[in-house]
Amino acid sequence: MSDYRIKGETGEWEVVIGLEVHAQVTSNAKLFSGAATAFGAEPNTQVSLVDAAMPGMLPVPNRECIRQAVRTGMAIEAEINKWSRFDRKNYFYADLPQGYQISQLYHPLVGEGSLTIEEDEKAGIPEPKRIGIERIHVEQDAGKLMHDQHPTMSYVDLNRSGVALMEIVSRPDMRSPAEAGAYVRKLRSILRYVGSCDGNMEEGSMRADVNVSVRKPGDEFGTRTETKNVNSVRFVMAVIEGEAKRQVELIESGGTVVQETRLYDPDRNETRSMRSKEDAHDYRYFPDPDLLPLELDDAFLAECRESLPELPDAKRARYLAAGISAYNADVLTAEVESALWFDTLLETGAKPAAAANWVSSELFGALNRLGKGFEDCPVTPAQAGELLGLVADGTISGTIAKTVFEKMLESGDAAGVIVERDGLKQTSDTGAIEAEIAKILTANADKVEQYKGGKEALFGFFVGQTMKAMQGKANPQVVNELLKKALG
Amino acid sequence: MSIDQATVRKIASLARIAISDAEAAAMEGELNGILGWVEQLGEVDVTGVEPMTAVIPNTLRLRDDVVDADPLTGGNRRDDILANAPAPQHGFFGVPKVIE
Amino acid sequence: MTELTNLKVAEIRDGHRAGDFSAVEVAEAFNANVAGAKALNAFIVETPEHAIAAAKTADADRAAGTLKPLSGVPIGMKDLFATNGVQTTAASHMLEGFVPRYESTVSAKLWDAGCGMLGKLNLDQFAMGSSNETSYFGNVISPWKRNDGGNAALAPGGSSGGSSSAIAARLCPAATGTDTGGSIRQPAAFVGISGIKPTYGRCSRWGIVAFASSLDQAGPMARDVKDCAIMLENMAGFDPKDATSLNMAVPNWEAALSSDLKGKKVGIPREYRLEGIDPEIDAMWDAGIAMLKDAGAEVVEISLPHTKYALPTYYIIAPAEASSNLARYDGVRYGLRDLPQGAGLQDMYAATRADGFGPEVKRRIMIGTYVLSAGFYDAYYTQAQKVRTLIARDFEQAFASCDVILAPTAPSAAFGLGEKTADPLSMYLNDVFAVPASLAGLPAMSVPAALNREGLPLGLQIIGKAFDEQGVLNAGLAIEERAGFNARADKWW
Repeated sequence: MSDYRIKGETGEWEVVIGLEVHAQVTSNAKLFSGAATAFGAEPNTQVSLVDAAMPGMLPVPNRECIRQAVRTGMAIEAEINKWSRFDRKNYFYADLPQGYQISQLYHPLVGEGSLTIEEDEKAGIPEPKRIGIERIHVEQDAGKLMHDQHPTMSYVDLNRSGVALMEIVSRPDMRSPAEAGAYVRKLRSILRYVGSCDGNMEEGSMRADVNVSVRKPGDEFGTRTETKNVNSVRFVMAVIEGEAKRQVELIESGGTVVQETRLYDPDRNETRSMRSKEDAHDYRYFPDPDLLPLELDDAFLAECRESLPELPDAKRARYLAAGISAYNADVLTAEVESALWFDTLLETGAKPAAAANWVSSELFGALNRLGKGFEDCPVTPAQAGELLGLVADGTISGTIAKTVFEKMLESGDAAGVIVERDGLKQTSDTGAIEAEIAKILTANADKVEQYKGGKEALFGFFVGQTMKAMQGKANPQVVNELLKKALG
Repeated sequence: MSIDQATVRKIASLARIAISDAEAAAMEGELNGILGWVEQLGEVDVTGVEPMTAVIPNTLRLRDDVVDADPLTGGNRRDDILANAPAPQHGFFGVPKVIE
Repeated sequence: MTELTNLKVAEIRDGHRAGDFSAVEVAEAFNANVAGAKALNAFIVETPEHAIAAAKTADADRAAGTLKPLSGVPIGMKDLFATNGVQTTAASHMLEGFVPRYESTVSAKLWDAGCGMLGKLNLDQFAMGSSNETSYFGNVISPWKRNDGGNAALAPGGSSGGSSSAIAARLCPAATGTDTGGSIRQPAAFVGISGIKPTYGRCSRWGIVAFASSLDQAGPMARDVKDCAIMLENMAGFDPKDATSLNMAVPNWEAALSSDLKGKKVGIPREYRLEGIDPEIDAMWDAGIAMLKDAGAEVVEISLPHTKYALPTYYIIAPAEASSNLARYDGVRYGLRDLPQGAGLQDMYAATRADGFGPEVKRRIMIGTYVLSAGFYDAYYTQAQKVRTLIARDFEQAFASCDVILAPTAPSAAFGLGEKTADPLSMYLNDVFAVPASLAGLPAMSVPAALNREGLPLGLQIIGKAFDEQGVLNAGLAIEERAGFNARADKWW
């Protein structure tokens, strides 16, 4: 249970949050036409006669868009409706060429499912929480209006018009901005694992309509507002915080919350009512007579299921079972690229826990420094596997491994080559180590005395001195044993 | 049920058709005549009857995910798209300024 | 030599193939007739150059031995089909001046088959109407006159009134039509020609300005059954661009034509005997029954119990679909834009649509908007779709005991222009016999059967099972052979 509360004058208020996430389906062509979906093209170049709603044009659905939505539904363990249908949502706007959006109201492709957000004590999520997902339906995106190009005109670009979207509708199950943020991050992660959406929020591939209401704990749901097209996790959380506060203040000052559509202004960090859309609530949905019911056969569904990759929850569980820490498991599974990279590393025989530590500290650190990601990672899993292998079999120490890794990044050479060339192999040659120990003990006779007098913490000092004298190449275990013997 | 002129104006507004008061008055009678007549459908017993979804038994075919396979349903034809536009503007369609 | 414009499609095709005349001669003869018939107002745009160009290709193809199925045949194209580079208006002010950069699938197929285009034929605005009086470009006038010595201008039927009038007046040997609730059959009946609406999905709807998507179906209009078969073969066929297109091979309807109906059963729906109908209509129907018996068919009485609900069902579903289909005419991307001084976007929509749509189109958009609106959807639209299921089921059950159904095409002969425009409902009732087959998506055709006492043509309608255009054409042929209808309008234009 979240204990997130808005403190008002009349007591504490609970926030109730539901999200409708619009995720652009990864496909080459649009939902109902053969025009391209790539981001950033010249205006109106990726527009077919169908997308421009020329007279007599007809929609034919893109199989891949349906397939990706079904796979997404399977990934959230949702009911897949073998019989679904497209409906028209009728309203007039300059970015909507047909005068209706082809969507699915009455019979969506994907029914009830859910996802689980992980516990996050710091964020006020004390235990994992299951968030219900009511449905996923497939629909057309609208075009884009530009208002700043001409003093008296807006410009219409239809490149996005007709691009396939999944609308993923959650249950009103979230109770804090942190839960909503965790939900969006988890959903994004799942979509990217599945490959059904690139999750690129800056380019608008994912946006959320944020439904917020407040109530006194235990009361019925309050009236909700819907803030449209919020395009980052941070903004989603900001909208909830601001909107919940606004509603509480409104109610406590004697007002009532109106069910309305609002718009978020990130520059001022506030929402405002979208009066322009208020008269458009009668959408006159009806089944699109240009399309027949969408019926999916078992072979189609089987392919969708078989093509699903291992998903974040399963992967995380597998990592935990392999002895990887919860923190590392979370870090590694959050993004599909790091998880896939790590899985390939495990295939080289790397020991899971040590490999996870190395990736989450050394590799993440290096990538951060270099401004790179796993998609353009400067070392391959095979190269990293070799490095970790050298540590595991005692050829080099962990300390030397850091040096070797730096050299790998600089030169691109293999770990073994570097170790060989630069003479970085650690030594277990007891004679050489004993000689150094003898010198150190002699030079630090006072400390030997103190140690023998009970100051055992000084043992670390002798180890450090010995390793330093050995230029880091001594096997630490051997050093330990020999020191203990020498110090009696 | 019969509709009044306010309803006529509301429907006209939903349909984005400007109408004068005289037109609304005339349409009130016409629409009521037609609606009154179609309402006889209410007397049909449709218990257990599914609404028609496909007039001829047929299944929805799906298209392959290929860009511009057929120029008639593909993109890259901006000139054709804009050829009949009332106010083409640098590759865009121009409309009166919209305040959101 | 007979006048070339008296020749039918098959005769032109065969005569051209045999070298009896050149395609250019044929095109010139029809172009001349078109040019001389302005009084009928059958064409919105004339395209003599298109007809001549196709004719030249046809003549060259003949010389090269590469003739196509309809080489040398010029036709009229209903102005609901998008034609590349040629204005396409749906007879509306809204689309006045709209020149598509694409060709409808059906028209493209006809040009590929060798046809030439004489022009774009007038029609009821957005195909909404039964008399061609809703066209923004003026009424089409039927070439027919009553034999009462009066000079009343008669309706050519609608919505394919330009097509019917032009064929009856020998301005073209055949034309395309579209039929949503009788728009091929009723005008064909009004002017004494044939027309067939095939099974829903036979002809692609791609590139045809949409009226009501679940009902719209293209089909040919011509002077006899055989010409209809030939035309339909060259219009029909699977189109991947239309999700409702039938993925079935196009039969060779012309080759399989046979008026021998032995072993066939003809259903006579008892509910089509309307009280108070013109006795001449019933008499013609009875004559038709006798003709089909003579052709060897067995006649059985059938029942289509929900017939009386077909029209009200149609007048919910068609306007509902139309209200949405016509939302794209908003003045943003093509067509009319009416932008009053200082108007915003939504005002521009309202002004453009008020100015661009005629009264009947507005009426139907209003009805459709209302029946889909919140709180009324189930009572009107869902109920209508359920009744539609029952109407289709009626046919299914009837076809268990018969192969085709015979009925009148329309409840009257052609009426005078202006006679029914005051009362929309009386106009709607004109389609009482045509609408049920449309709602069920079934193939249906009208063939001329007789002249009434005013000297005006009457048509008989044959309705067939889904996909059985052949059965419909064959029964039509049996009537055509026996009715011996060869009357034509005297030229007054």
